[in-house]
Amino acid sequence: MSPIWLFITILLLAVVGFVLGRQRAIASVDDHRNLHSRPNYYGVNVAMLAFGPAVLVLGAWLVIQPIIVNQMVSKLIPARSYEDAGALNLIMSDVQRVAEGLGTAVAEGTLTQAGSRTLDTETSDVRALLGTVGVALGSEVKPEVLKAAQRYRAAAATGAWIMTGAVLLLAVAGFTVAYAQTNGRLRARNRVETGMLWLLIAAATVAILTTIGIVLSLLFNTIEFFRAYPGREFFTSLEWAPSFSGRGGGSKLGIIPLLWGTFYISIVALLVAVPIGLFAAVYLSEYASKRVRAVAKPLLEVLAGIPTIVYGLFALLTVGPLLLTIFGDSGFGWMSGGRAVMTAGITMGVMLIPFVSSLSDDIINAVPQAMRDGSYALGATQSETMRQVILPAALPGIVGAILLAASRAIGETMIVVLGAGAAARLSLNPFDAMTTVTAKIVSQLTGDSDFASPEALVAFALGMSLFLVTLALNVGALYIVRKYREQYE
Amino acid sequence: MTDATNDPTHSGGGRKSLYVQDPRTKRRAAAEKRFRAYGIGAIATGMLFLVVLITSIVWNGIPAFTQTFITVQVALPEEKLDKSGARDLAVMKKVSTFGYAPLVDTALVAALDENGVENPYPKAKRLRALISASAAAQVRDTVLANPDLIGTTQEFRLLASSRVDGYLKGRVSRDSIARDKNIDAEHLDIIDALRTAGLVKRIFNWDFIFGADASESRPESAGIGVSMVGSLFMMLVVLGLSLPIGVAAAIYLEEFASRNRFADIVEVNISNLAAVPSIVFGILGLSIYIQLMHLPSSAPLVGGLVLTLMTLPRIIIPARAALTAVPPSIREAALGVGASKMQTVMHHVLPLAMPGILTGVIIGMAQALGETAPLLLIGMVGFIATNYPENFIEGFMSPNSAMPAQIYEWSKRADPAYYERAWGGIILLLVFLMAMNILAVLLRRRFERRW
Repeated sequence: MSPIWLFITILLLAVVGFVLGRQRAIASVDDHRNLHSRPNYYGVNVAMLAFGPAVLVLGAWLVIQPIIVNQMVSKLIPARSYEDAGALNLIMSDVQRVAEGLGTAVAEGTLTQAGSRTLDTETSDVRALLGTVGVALGSEVKPEVLKAAQRYRAAAATGAWIMTGAVLLLAVAGFTVAYAQTNGRLRARNRVETGMLWLLIAAATVAILTTIGIVLSLLFNTIEFFRAYPGREFFTSLEWAPSFSGRGGGSKLGIIPLLWGTFYISIVALLVAVPIGLFAAVYLSEYASKRVRAVAKPLLEVLAGIPTIVYGLFALLTVGPLLLTIFGDSGFGWMSGGRAVMTAGITMGVMLIPFVSSLSDDIINAVPQAMRDGSYALGATQSETMRQVILPAALPGIVGAILLAASRAIGETMIVVLGAGAAARLSLNPFDAMTTVTAKIVSQLTGDSDFASPEALVAFALGMSLFLVTLALNVGALYIVRKYREQYE
Repeated sequence: MTDATNDPTHSGGGRKSLYVQDPRTKRRAAAEKRFRAYGIGAIATGMLFLVVLITSIVWNGIPAFTQTFITVQVALPEEKLDKSGARDLAVMKKVSTFGYAPLVDTALVAALDENGVENPYPKAKRLRALISASAAAQVRDTVLANPDLIGTTQEFRLLASSRVDGYLKGRVSRDSIARDKNIDAEHLDIIDALRTAGLVKRIFNWDFIFGADASESRPESAGIGVSMVGSLFMMLVVLGLSLPIGVAAAIYLEEFASRNRFADIVEVNISNLAAVPSIVFGILGLSIYIQLMHLPSSAPLVGGLVLTLMTLPRIIIPARAALTAVPPSIREAALGVGASKMQTVMHHVLPLAMPGILTGVIIGMAQALGETAPLLLIGMVGFIATNYPENFIEGFMSPNSAMPAQIYEWSKRADPAYYERAWGGIILLLVFLMAMNILAVLLRRRFERRW
């Protein structure tokens, strides 16, 4: 039974359970005011026990079975036929395609179930056969691949049978137990509520699981990368030059030029965003009339709601050409192409203005009015109060806001992919094209590479570095902001 | 004050009247004005950026919504298209677009002759630069859909090539095509003449909104429709998963977790996840969903799952705020009449907080709709958005793209005609985002209660 039908079956069982459980509860007492819980809770209790455990097992099985089957089958591929993990991955994807193809062939009737098991490469042309059912293969099917595919199909089929059995058994068992227990004195509401509480806890756990997933997926692939490529080179080499031809050898994967590009662009962005954002926040919170504030604040925040791909295109097609006419060959002659640190930096700065301004606005507003009043009473002007009293008091919070903005800038992808260029370069000229960590993650993982070569795996090491840097910035910023807030509360 | 009475010359600096400012006061007043001016300048700069951004989007994107067409009379001779005369579709399908292209060429020549336009090309084939490479396919599709047309002469509105389209929109000029192999200045003369004859027209481009992406050489027939469907299916996944999970997590943290260690860990995780760069979620999706769980790559299902994880923290935070905003008196009243904790939350607190929660969900989804980077890593790149999914299930499982990824793909292509499409796509994307945000604001205005 396919997983979808299995799911529908247990769902139906749960619905039936609801109806029967409810009826049984009502029938078990003469007056349904004597029930412990309202009738629906008895129904839900049966449905819950029939559906819950079964669907959990179904979900877990669907995740785990392919992993186990893959492990089993990959043992069938003789070690001499591949060189490393990457080649094994390629062979395994071949195996899956052949297995899928055999499945379609059986479904369409070109092969019988028995025929698909006894097929071998010497007596029949498997590639042509699969071609007729629409599964195109790049090369002739090797005997061991076919064998592995047949084994794969067999294992998957067995697994599916066991799964169907286990899930149905569990569903029926849950149904029976809950139904048998149903009577007027069963504390059905408490049971259902406990079940719901666990559901809520499970939902809250998703956040933890996501973090664990991020860390593990980065960690394992990063370790894999450092097996294939020396770590010292990665952290100290001043050159980024991945080879595209074959794998191994020739690639120079140093993170320093990428980090340099990332930080340079972020600094330009912050130089644009921080003064503008900060002054805007000061003006909006201290000077602006209510009407100006009601118009200007939402308008500024529109800038934060625009997707980054829009900023990317804006950088590529508007900011870049504009800068090029001023600083290019026809102007100062400092710039040789539209894509440059300045292009990406300025655009990113525009994006970050509302981020800095609304955070600082909140923080400035949180400074107690008493401090302003005290300063005015001493005869200070508004600007003196702002500069000498409020800003120093708000400084930790503002630093936190700037750190958060910096973490945004470092993690930003689309603007730098479109606006900053592709060449990794260690240069001081802000009008040169440079590239960043995020841009290289995109370019290394969107090719046809097979996730096992160092050229692809390096993206995970880059991702790990990015994750750690932004995490440090965020934690630092949150710590500063929180500590500062406590002062006035 | 005592200083002033003892030594009137000291602080006054020779001041004669209170109405005359001394230099120090002037300096301070000037500093005040400057400071205020910086503030106004900062806001004005911000607004200026916004105006420039919006103008360049609208200015560059609006042309994508019109497209140039050339109206010609195409003869559909039986001996070329269906030799047997049996109108058997299987046989007729054997005539490929190569069989139809000469008919279109002849029709173009005829159109020129009829309107007295000088034709500088002895070979009819050279006129193909005027029309899109898909024109022959357009004629073929029409004929196959209605075989009775064979033997007649029909009026067709053929898609003009992107160069011609650009000429009408002012993107292509006689100077810019000087070294263009695809089109000559004579072609543009023909277009000018046909335009006066009323055969070349720019009309609203429905194909851009509902069509599929086209190959790199045919920007004139590329549309964003299929990737829009991809985005739609992704948003369905995001809504279906992040609404229940987000609300449940918020309820647990706000109503049930009694400051225990687990709740603390979850809270720290949520605030950190909200600030993790989106591309990291792409890496997560690639290694968990595709490498480990072997879900199909490029499928909207996987894209939706990745965006769900990314959106969850951004939904949980406002949802918690909405739950906190419900006053404790509501809870106490419910508990007082004998409701259990769970009943209190589910029957009273949650319905009252729902408008606020939904506002957060819509804004979170709007952010997810505009997200590009994680989609690129799981293979939802632009050029695969060439076919509409066959049915509902396929919509989730078959490879597709998404609007922002399609825009990114177009902005990478070499032909400047694609830039116009990219800007046009952005207009559509922003229209959706604006609609979602307006919906959120309306929801808040309509249902929000001040306690």
